Amino acid sequence: MSNQSSVEIQTEWDIVAARQLGRNVAKELGFGTVDQARITTAISELARNIYLYAGQGKIEIQRLTENGINGILIIAADSGPGIPDIRKVMEDGFSTSGGLGAGLPGVKRLMDDFKIETTLGEGTDIRATKWLR
Amino acid sequence: MVQKIGSQYKEILNQYMQRQSEQNLYVGQNFSRQLISENTAPEDVISMHKAAMQELYEEMPETVWHSFDFLIEMMINYGLALQERQSLLQRQEELRMEMDLAANVQETLLKTKMPALEGLDIGLLSVPLRKMNGDYIYFISDDNGHAGIAVADVIGKGLPAALCMSMVKFGMDSLNDSLAFPREVLSTINRIVEKSVDDFMFVSMFYGRYEAETSILTYGSAGHEPAVLYRAEAGEFEELTVKGLLLGVSTMATYEEKEVKLEKNDMVIMMTDGVTEGRTAEGFIGREVINELILRKKDESAQVIVQYVYDELVRMQNAELSDDFTLVIYKKV
Repeated sequence: MSNQSSVEIQTEWDIVAARQLGRNVAKELGFGTVDQARITTAISELARNIYLYAGQGKIEIQRLTENGINGILIIAADSGPGIPDIRKVMEDGFSTSGGLGAGLPGVKRLMDDFKIETTLGEGTDIRATKWLR
Repeated sequence: MVQKIGSQYKEILNQYMQRQSEQNLYVGQNFSRQLISENTAPEDVISMHKAAMQELYEEMPETVWHSFDFLIEMMINYGLALQERQSLLQRQEELRMEMDLAANVQETLLKTKMPALEGLDIGLLSVPLRKMNGDYIYFISDDNGHAGIAVADVIGKGLPAALCMSMVKFGMDSLNDSLAFPREVLSTINRIVEKSVDDFMFVSMFYGRYEAETSILTYGSAGHEPAVLYRAEAGEFEELTVKGLLLGVSTMATYEEKEVKLEKNDMVIMMTDGVTEGRTAEGFIGREVINELILRKKDESAQVIVQYVYDELVRMQNAELSDDFTLVIYKKV
């Protein structure tokens, strides 16, 4: 079963809308306050990346059920320039030392599963899941 | 597990709420140490605090509970920073172990055999400032009383210096000639260094060729700290200055060479600038100080003198070296 909704990211205010959407879904699924904060922080981070580096893109929130366990899936998709060196952006200290925030390693830590696909000149697709325990 | 920690926290908090004593705070702080060791994130601590307060004081106004939710949101990035720090610490530990291994490899790689020569007593000591040594001593000798010594210093320290030094070693190995004169050795190594090393890497090197039969030392230098000759009869020191450019600057460089004949109890003291550029609170440790130290032990074996000079210099600098330290003494006996 999956159930989706999404927010287009074009301005900084859209980041807030994406957070709101994610929080509502997380709350409905039964995530506690701390996990809600983690999920929305991850959404913030991904939406901000779209806003800053791709210009525009989309945050999609899906409800998942697998083997009787509920979860939330965040999909951040853009058709921006892509990421030239994924290993570097996934390295600790790369974005935090430049004051850019938690960065992708932060998103990975906040969530349970994290997948990234990026093609230069075509865009980036990031999928991050958190399961309800 | 989480519930157990939660109820422990509630208990400790409750104690403090009843009585605001230093002891109860101390108990709390010890508990925080346990939480850290279990990797509990700061946002989870606040969540635990909120839950405990809700059980203890359920009649508090809504605004208080909202404030905790706000605080949880504030703490998420702190929690991430903590996790990142832990992963960076682990990475640092891996690097440290890698460096230890590399230092061992270097030690094996740069190992050299001190020659046994009729009438010559040799003492040497080389101590790296960090794990990897940017100084290097190389010996080559044959059964007919010929021996060559190279004392080299890479401008720079640590890993880059050590890598550069490996190349100097292979240059010396491929030359493999105990009869070679300094001019020839320095020119050859200069070409190798010039060709294979970055433009900002330079090596200084002293080369001495000794012949046991005649007691003659022929020496040359590529921008290296001058060696010092001690004349036992006169009780005087003189610098063995000789012209030559640092290795790796220009393939066109040529190297001058000179010779001295050693008499009984004369000494040739070869070193890197880590020996002469030591500093104390009063300023640089001059060559006079080093000469004075050598004089005090001049009747001892070369190894004893070398060790004494090192120990004394370290003592003067409060056990803080500022560079790799290498000292070699040839003593005619």
